[in-house]
Amino acid sequence: MTTTVGPDSGPTQTNETPAEVPDAESKALKSGTSDIRELLTRNLRQSGIYVAFVVVVVLFAILTGGTSLSPGNITNIVLQYSYVLVLAIGMVIVIIAGHIDLSVGSVVALTGATSAVIVIRHGAPWWVGVLAALGVGLLVGAWQGFWVAYVGIPAFIVTLAGMLVFRGLTLQVLDNISLSPFTPQYQKVSSGFLNGLLGGNGYDAFTLLIGALAVAGYAVSGFRTRVARVRYKQPVESFPLFVTRVVVVAAVVMYFAWQLAHARGLPIVLIILGVLITIYGMVTKRSVFGRQVYAIGGNLAAATLSGVKVRVVNFWIFVNMGFLAAVAGVIYSSRSNGAQPAAGQNFELDAIAAAFIGGAAVTGGVGTVGGAMVGGLLVAVLSNGMQLQGVDQSIQSVIKGLILLLAVAFDVYNKRRAGSSR
Amino acid sequence: MDDNILEMRSITKTFPGVKALSDVSLAVRRGEVHAICGENGAGKSTLMKVLSGVYPAGSYDGEIVYDGTVQKFANIRDSEHVGIVIIHQELALVPYLSIAENIFLGNERKGRGGLIDWNKANADAAELLAQVGLAENPTTPVGQLGVGKQQLVEIAKALSKDVKLLILDEPTAALNDTDSEHLLNLLRRIREQGITSIIISHKLNEIVAIAQHTTIIRDGRTVETLDMSAPDSDTDRIIRGMVGRDLESYYPDRESHPGEEVLRVEDWTVKHPTQDRLVVDHASFNVRAGEVVGIAGLMGAGRTELAMSIFGRSYGRDISGRVFVHGHEVKARSVAEAIDHGIAYATEDRKKYGLNLIEDIRRNVSAAALAKLSTRGWVNGNEETRVAEDSRRDMNIKAPSVSSIVGKLSGGNQQKVVLSKWLFTDPDVLILDEPTRGIDVGAKYEIYTIINKLVAAGKAVVVISSELPELLGICDRIYTLSAGRITGEQPVREATQESLMKLMTKEREFAA
Repeated sequence: MTTTVGPDSGPTQTNETPAEVPDAESKALKSGTSDIRELLTRNLRQSGIYVAFVVVVVLFAILTGGTSLSPGNITNIVLQYSYVLVLAIGMVIVIIAGHIDLSVGSVVALTGATSAVIVIRHGAPWWVGVLAALGVGLLVGAWQGFWVAYVGIPAFIVTLAGMLVFRGLTLQVLDNISLSPFTPQYQKVSSGFLNGLLGGNGYDAFTLLIGALAVAGYAVSGFRTRVARVRYKQPVESFPLFVTRVVVVAAVVMYFAWQLAHARGLPIVLIILGVLITIYGMVTKRSVFGRQVYAIGGNLAAATLSGVKVRVVNFWIFVNMGFLAAVAGVIYSSRSNGAQPAAGQNFELDAIAAAFIGGAAVTGGVGTVGGAMVGGLLVAVLSNGMQLQGVDQSIQSVIKGLILLLAVAFDVYNKRRAGSSR
Repeated sequence: MDDNILEMRSITKTFPGVKALSDVSLAVRRGEVHAICGENGAGKSTLMKVLSGVYPAGSYDGEIVYDGTVQKFANIRDSEHVGIVIIHQELALVPYLSIAENIFLGNERKGRGGLIDWNKANADAAELLAQVGLAENPTTPVGQLGVGKQQLVEIAKALSKDVKLLILDEPTAALNDTDSEHLLNLLRRIREQGITSIIISHKLNEIVAIAQHTTIIRDGRTVETLDMSAPDSDTDRIIRGMVGRDLESYYPDRESHPGEEVLRVEDWTVKHPTQDRLVVDHASFNVRAGEVVGIAGLMGAGRTELAMSIFGRSYGRDISGRVFVHGHEVKARSVAEAIDHGIAYATEDRKKYGLNLIEDIRRNVSAAALAKLSTRGWVNGNEETRVAEDSRRDMNIKAPSVSSIVGKLSGGNQQKVVLSKWLFTDPDVLILDEPTRGIDVGAKYEIYTIINKLVAAGKAVVVISSELPELLGICDRIYTLSAGRITGEQPVREATQESLMKLMTKEREFAA
């Protein structure tokens, strides 16, 4: 996903010739030192997390003798951690803008409880429960957004208050008791599979088809971006590198699809997650809203003086977080087949950890949805692997904490180095 | 031989790409008030930072002789140890702590067991307050005092450290006339106690009133030291020294063809956001198409505040007055509205207010006009790249590609990115606040050329600058601003550095 700008990146490099840039400054740039260093630091920052992810996956595959990569286990990981990933999508946007949201765990509980009361206690159809949960999520988001954006209370305080308020409301809504079970249709949201739609011999052809479509979409969009960049005379990675990248991604996706197809088919949750990741990936990268989020986080004063309506943007960031917390609430209540007063505790910490491990900067302005997803998956694979190994819960917690610390330390170290090289 | 408490010999201080001080010498006699004068950016504050150890020994060339010995200060503590105390323009007091706590901060009055002896601290503080003539209870939080009284607390704090050489950087800039008078009297009193003072000030009347010697610094060099007891040492003499540089011909030629009026501001009045004083006071001015209008004023005159308050009310409160663009009144209550009405403002501090330093050139150039690059909320990244590439070529931004991170560019190239951003909003009038601050001569020339191109294309340009030669070199007309008021307007052919400086230092005449 990164473009390389370096001496070895092929003929379509740049249209700059040394004759155009005769002065000493650009000579320094041309000599390549600052250029390569920039490339390395930037790529290291982005790819460090991917490398760590691969290492963890391989490590546990070896330690568990392949069990961790078995079809059943992969399906499990997806089902178990999907709601944290959904939360991490919203959280990374909040963090890029320089805020934080501590309330999402309570919001997951409140939205799940709302849905449970409507579907279980009042016998409404499953989709009424889902819509009600989403509505509550949006209201919660609007409430917090109002305080952060228009009153100017730091998000840390607003959402800390929200964490208490919404937990309390959850208890109120549930009358302090758990509700279960949901109707089978509702349960399908988290534990349903698309299987056998196209038949197949012991494996689900539909899952493979979706996997193939995803790969094709990735390759086509990558190629189109590349062509456009060449047309606009932008540096691109060399063609062999591009092909290698596509092939590697295709192999990983197809392996993943193959494993799923061998198990129970394509989980509905995975489709929801895939759609959200695609949409929010585009929103953060390509939409005006997304740009303004980065601008606010990168330099609030400069964004304000460039005409960004900071309050409006901040408001919608929190509305969006409330919405995604509601989605996670629906998935979680469906998976746990009911609503409990204590649901969703510490989810906010998992989501925040995912965003930071995925390269988001504590100071704001930096972070990607993709990074947060890998960050979340890293924690997921780690937890899952340790569970398979029978590692004690207490040790698991220690290791997860250290990983978070290391990830942010790496980020700070990188920034300091980049700063001193100037 | 005179008894000099301080001699700074051949001080040279270089920052990456800029020589801030070159071969500056300063001799201060024991027991005098020594004034340092110079335009903004002449190097006065840098020199004082060298003296007080903010820039440690080794980071500059030359030597500091204090009390007869060569000193090598590694930090402020070292210089304070020998009795040199600097009071910065921005006061360094903690608003929530009491006067006594502030005075002894880092220098606490300890009693038994290492605990602070508050009785002693408060009693000592009361004594110091009496010395500086401040009738306040030592337990009053500093935040409840006005700026003038806070200044006195700073001086009391300096006295508590057994100060021998007191440095005051623009002590009266934020004070009203009564408080300034009080402060000057205090300086006279502590001089009688044998304490030497160095005072940096733009208020020339005050310097004439209080200083025994005045050293003038210009472009990082010492120009001269005036004996203020000489009969001709008046404000005019100081002004001559401050501006007496040659008008070098590094301003590109331009033919001026002003067209119709583009921007007119009438009776613009702005209050300070937290203090009860006017920062801009009934200012009126206008700019025509194809015209470069300069606004000259010293630090604190309200130049930036004037510009930012016009630019979508980004500064101040209780703003009144009217703004017209192309003859129609414009009420821009937000930056977005100001941009929509064709006003652009490029800030004086590009790193803090102008650029997102962690993003690339492309995203900075598009930041103020993303709507032009997007349909239904989606940005066309390819068009964005094309726009940035065009800017890079037209503005000659030296960077390997438009994906280069802006924070790594030189000051001149960063400024070109800022200008690109505002040009892409297609404004009718551009307000450029210190457009060449901190950039080298070559890049300055390029910026001037860009300004010329803009007015040739019919834009109206307002340039705010501390450098008078720059204003004289590129403007058609120049307004002077002093204490928030427009004190004069001169066509460039009638203006000289002396005439402008006189108008810029013109203080308010009190009728009642």
